[in-house]
Amino acid sequence: MNDSAARPSIAAVEARSAATIAASRISVRKLDFFYGSNKALKNINLDFPDRQVTGMIGPSGCGKSTLLRVLNRMYDLYPGQRASGEVMMDGVNIISPGMDLNQLRSRIGMVFQKPTPFPMSIFENIAFGVNLHEQLSHSAMQERVEWSLTRAALWDEVKDRLSASATGLSGGQQQRLCIARTIAVRPEVILFDEPTSALDPISTLKIEELIDELKRDFTIVIVTHNMQQAARCADQVAFFYLGEMVEVGAAAQMFTAPAERRTQEYITGRFG
Amino acid sequence: MSQGMSATLMAGPKRDAGVADRLSRRRKRSNRIIKTLCVLATLIGLAFLAAILITLFYLGFGGIGLSVFTEITKPPGSHGGLLNAIIGSLIQTVIGTAIGTPIGIMVGTYLAEYSAGSRLGNAVRFVSDVLLSAPSILIGLFIYQVLVSPFGGFSGIAGAVALAVIVIPIVVRTTEDMLRLIPVALREAAVALGAPKWKSIVFVCYRAALDGIATGVLLGIARIAGETAPLLFTSLGNLNWSLSLAQPMSSLPVTIYQYAGSAFDDWVQLAWVGALLITLGVLALNIVARILLRPRAS
Repeated sequence: MNDSAARPSIAAVEARSAATIAASRISVRKLDFFYGSNKALKNINLDFPDRQVTGMIGPSGCGKSTLLRVLNRMYDLYPGQRASGEVMMDGVNIISPGMDLNQLRSRIGMVFQKPTPFPMSIFENIAFGVNLHEQLSHSAMQERVEWSLTRAALWDEVKDRLSASATGLSGGQQQRLCIARTIAVRPEVILFDEPTSALDPISTLKIEELIDELKRDFTIVIVTHNMQQAARCADQVAFFYLGEMVEVGAAAQMFTAPAERRTQEYITGRFG
Repeated sequence: MSQGMSATLMAGPKRDAGVADRLSRRRKRSNRIIKTLCVLATLIGLAFLAAILITLFYLGFGGIGLSVFTEITKPPGSHGGLLNAIIGSLIQTVIGTAIGTPIGIMVGTYLAEYSAGSRLGNAVRFVSDVLLSAPSILIGLFIYQVLVSPFGGFSGIAGAVALAVIVIPIVVRTTEDMLRLIPVALREAAVALGAPKWKSIVFVCYRAALDGIATGVLLGIARIAGETAPLLFTSLGNLNWSLSLAQPMSSLPVTIYQYAGSAFDDWVQLAWVGALLITLGVLALNIVARILLRPRAS
């Protein structure tokens, strides 16, 4: 729990944008995933480039959310779900049994489809995650809360009511609070699981702008059903179909000249 | 209305207006009959409840005076009160709740969070549910065997433990039910931040289920506040002033039981007062529980 020495400082997080872009933050190789005996992912090979947005698209049940939940080992909560293969991050296979899951999840954060504010104040929502991994003085915690809320473009709207219940915020505000809560732990990677599917168009636009801003400092993976969203947000897009990754490429190329016919058919709305 | 729709929209077979009318009349008639039966049944139930409450107030209210709360139980004809019974009930109820609540919450948490599909979990849930509906006199006899007989006498603590045994299954059930109502997404959100399971339970799930669990505890208190049978064999009752947990201890239900069956008018009057006090107390607890359970406007 007390691994604050190993956690990056805020300055280090902010400095990431100045550094040159490394090739791959997470590399997936020969990944298979099973729900019981049902094989949901088949031989996935995919690289997530550092400080870029990777969009994952595909029809329902194609395995894109499953892959997202492999990256932070969420599937470990459920007996009967297992993965085999390699998911390499900093030379470590994160799906190996010996992994410290709580520490892994502090490095790979996740934002869910529906906003999930905890039933506590706005301040406590953010402090909860931070307290899991660091011991901060009260003033340092206040700074951290302000920093994360500012990065999540929510500070101006809530700075006067940090002690108010988070469940009183609007849906869009709640989702940005969830993003702030995730950022506050200072992860390296942020996973977004259809983060705007429960939001109105204006809130959606705000989240998309936020993702664009966050990729300066964080490697981002986003699952979406919304093709326009993938085109707007993602640098790289991967198309999944029936548990396989059909194709991956730069967003511009995927939406204009995909190599595979199935990709072409999906993005033009022929199925899905 | 539907006829108009079918005439303009559907070009299907023609409807027989006579059949439709007959069916409609029959539907309305059976609706009236069922509704009348339901209202009647409700009125019968309410009538009994009202009769009980009116009798309680009619016979109990007149006996309420300062002396009820300042005097202890005294021999017939010497203007006693119920102070020792009220205090004894409070002590045993508070201790019983204090013992039963943490155990109940922990068992409920085990069932909801840790026992998924295990045999032990199913067995514990079954036993707890049986205990929930077990006759309370059995619990009194059990505690008599365990805490009264071996230690040489009736005691207040034995009464409190008997009440705790009644509270436990109530709290187990509400805790498990309330924890199961919490959306999976909320747990996953806590875990996704790197929270170990116990922290997500204690700091997120308990917080989300707090109102419901508190309601369960209040209903448990309301239940044991009026229990007589488990106290008869454990704390026995005490007509003298005693705060010692090692001695027999007075309680409202047992005092009512003793006084109501006596031949003395002033004792019978005090029994009615005691019954009214318990009823008002339980009513207050239920109202608080309802307020807690009401969904909050955010």
